[in-house]
Amino acid sequence: MKDIIADLNKAFDHRVRLGIMSILLVNDWMEFNGFKTLLEVTDGNLASHIKALEKEAYIEVKKQFVGKKPNTTYRVTELGKKAFAAHLDALEKLLNIRP
Amino acid sequence: MTQHHRQHFETLQEIRSIMERSSRFISLSGLSGVSAGIFALIGAGFASAYLGRWPFGQDDYYPFKLQELHRWGLTAWQFFLIDALVVFIGALGSAVFFTTRKAKLKGQKIWDPLVQRLLINLAIPLTSGFIFILGLIYHGLVGLVAPAALIFYGLALVHASKYTLNDIRYLGAAEIVLGLIATFFIGYGLLCWALGFGILHIGYGWYMYLKYERPASN
Repeated sequence: MKDIIADLNKAFDHRVRLGIMSILLVNDWMEFNGFKTLLEVTDGNLASHIKALEKEAYIEVKKQFVGKKPNTTYRVTELGKKAFAAHLDALEKLLNIRP
Repeated sequence: MTQHHRQHFETLQEIRSIMERSSRFISLSGLSGVSAGIFALIGAGFASAYLGRWPFGQDDYYPFKLQELHRWGLTAWQFFLIDALVVFIGALGSAVFFTTRKAKLKGQKIWDPLVQRLLINLAIPLTSGFIFILGLIYHGLVGLVAPAALIFYGLALVHASKYTLNDIRYLGAAEIVLGLIATFFIGYGLLCWALGFGILHIGYGWYMYLKYERPASN
């Protein structure tokens, strides 16, 4: 039991971070504003969670210009995919234990 | 412990919901299918009346008679242009209306990257089909117009089902089958067209409405 809880990844221990990872698993890329509308969070809140996931190297940033406007998009790394899958497995196992 | 269970369960459910919401346009309303189908049936009814033939009979030569037709003060070309425009605008307008309404009810955005992606992916096969059909008419192959419309529309739905409710994949497959049948039985073109764009839309739209939208009464 304790082992399974240890498998839960602390980096995903927040609603917004779970949301960011979920979105990036089914979308090749996502813009900052896309996260904002889907997750209904403020700029500052979102930026801090993105930074945290970036620090773990679970997501990566691509900055480019569309015309003259700067455009920041994000995508999930291989490491991030594996870590998130492991986290989901752990969650599932916890659910399967009879209380 | 049970509280933890519920919490993890809710987390998993939310992940699933976010994945769904972020990758597919789910505000597509079944009622837009129903209304598009009604417009299609009205259009097919007028076409059948204009051609002066019972819609369920087979007449392999009707495409060749179009040149001579002149009814209600309209040549065949004028009539079919008006008929097609009315059906197209009616179907599209009601689809936009019901889908916007559903999005508002659910508090979802109507114009977001998901909608744009859905529309672009619908537009590619549909525009190709439209130009192809113009080519058929240009060459006088009007008997193939209905089958081509069904096949291209079906392919568009199968293709676009990745970006919206997956159910429209099967509707698309059914349209393709009808189109292929109509390719070989040209005399049944109008009947297949009415079945595909009318009956299938109404039936499938109603099924999707019951599945996703009807206020849960039980």
